Amino acid sequence: MAIPKTLGIETEYGIVHKGTDDPNPIAASSVLINAYLHDAGYRTDNGHDTVHWDFIDETPGMDARGYAPTGAMPPDVETHLVNAVLTNGARYYVDHAHPELSTPECLDARAIVLYDRAAEMIAAQSMRAAIALLPAGEELVLYKNNSDGKGNSYGCHENYLVDRATPFGRIITHCTAHFITRQIYTGAGKVGSEVPGMRTDDVAFQITQRADFFEEEVGLETTLKRPIINTRDEPHADARKYRRLHVIVGDANCSQVATFLKVGTTALVLALTEDDALSRDFTFAAPVASLRQVSHDMTLTQPLELTDGTTITALEVQWELLDHSKKYVEAHGTDNVGGDVALDVLARWEQVLSGLADDPGTLADQIDWVAKYRLIDGYRERHDLDWGDARLRAMDIQYSDLRPDKSLSARVGLVTLVDDADAIEAMTEPPNDTRAFFRGRCLQRFPESVVAANWDSLVFDIGTDALRRVPMMEPLRGTEAHVGTLFDECTSAAELLRRLGN
Amino acid sequence: MAEREQIRKPAPAEREAETAAAPSTSERGEELKAELDDLLDEIDEVLETNAEDFVKSYIQKGGQ
Repeated sequence: MAIPKTLGIETEYGIVHKGTDDPNPIAASSVLINAYLHDAGYRTDNGHDTVHWDFIDETPGMDARGYAPTGAMPPDVETHLVNAVLTNGARYYVDHAHPELSTPECLDARAIVLYDRAAEMIAAQSMRAAIALLPAGEELVLYKNNSDGKGNSYGCHENYLVDRATPFGRIITHCTAHFITRQIYTGAGKVGSEVPGMRTDDVAFQITQRADFFEEEVGLETTLKRPIINTRDEPHADARKYRRLHVIVGDANCSQVATFLKVGTTALVLALTEDDALSRDFTFAAPVASLRQVSHDMTLTQPLELTDGTTITALEVQWELLDHSKKYVEAHGTDNVGGDVALDVLARWEQVLSGLADDPGTLADQIDWVAKYRLIDGYRERHDLDWGDARLRAMDIQYSDLRPDKSLSARVGLVTLVDDADAIEAMTEPPNDTRAFFRGRCLQRFPESVVAANWDSLVFDIGTDALRRVPMMEPLRGTEAHVGTLFDECTSAAELLRRLGN
Repeated sequence: MAEREQIRKPAPAEREAETAAAPSTSERGEELKAELDDLLDEIDEVLETNAEDFVKSYIQKGGQ
């Protein structure tokens, strides 16, 4: 039986330092995050600065296939840069010259949308706070996109907890099919091509930001030769029971519906995979080529070759995955795929596929690539511009500007799924149904005693000789139901640890 | 301007009623066209002023 899908997404934002001739994105990212921590009232007086990320359990070189191919480069872990844990259970840090924000662990797609919206608000507050710290005329601006249009990409990764017992080969087969074809509603849209060897204007407009950057089917890399299926085997949980599927192929979405579907449908496909409930394999003859073919075809009619010699379209694959998911939920219920939220995922999934089949233009209030295309193409027609015109490329970038007064995506009438008032609360409050609750509450209540944190443990200094580590190897332990009363009753970290039996 | 929709679980009957009451695709298309015209009327005020410089200077280090 599929295990409950613990979920998280991590977004690397594009960053621009305006008003300087000598931009340094790593320093700028540090300034930005420190500006937020100071502005949001995080403690800096406990002798430990802010709560640091603890790298002791990080093993990004572990490969899910059980081996690392010769020459594969596991990503380096950068330990010297700003790396903070927030009271909502999220992580806010500098990664590869970008500010990055990882949501806390969530149990359904709606919670992911909420914490992703909270992350956008944290980014906006960070930018405002940084202006006050920088010389007059300078500004740091963040973009929620995945490409600079010049061949450089940065990611929005998804994470899904799956049963270790599920054969990894089955995950590869079904997820590859889903990742190639879900692009038709998860794509954030892009002007031009960045495929090596293609001219930028060989493609006027394509469905995704990311497809041009993928070169392998399966692999460990995340920054070079990116694979459709990433094999990083680092569960941040009990490795005997769990895997964490680390998905690097998706776009960062400004549309909440797109984020909701991206995560919600993938959780369902993974549950189908765990329970071996997909009666058909879609094994693509050339997955990397198909990924790009789908992204480069706004008509959604491109036939994709399967290894059995037949062809299929992205929409046809998605209809079949939807159909299997509906049957799965009828048979197994929604307990392990996000509860009632999964029913909304199924309903929206169907509605969006119908819209795409009928006339994608009708989804301009729901799907990023459609909204962006409609805006940019409308502007192009009105001013009679070529697709290579800088104004259109500028609009592409500005679509994802996270300053509320500059953002184009904020103006195109996108449907929202969560209230901003709830997202404001989620900037500081953790989810109550995962271990993020314990992490967040400890940081709210006893920040002076928490010296380090990571996904699966917290380290306390309660004044005794040794630091005390509290392991959190079960993502669904440490919820409000488990420890809420304990926090109400304890007045110190020492008492909390004593009551926990640590 | 954005519509607000709460995610909730409608009863099956309610969901069918919503579907039945939804505007047809072509009506929705007309609505979106009118909204786009309004948006394009005001968009120049927020666009980056020197698009060429802005695009040229938007350079990111590669990430994950």
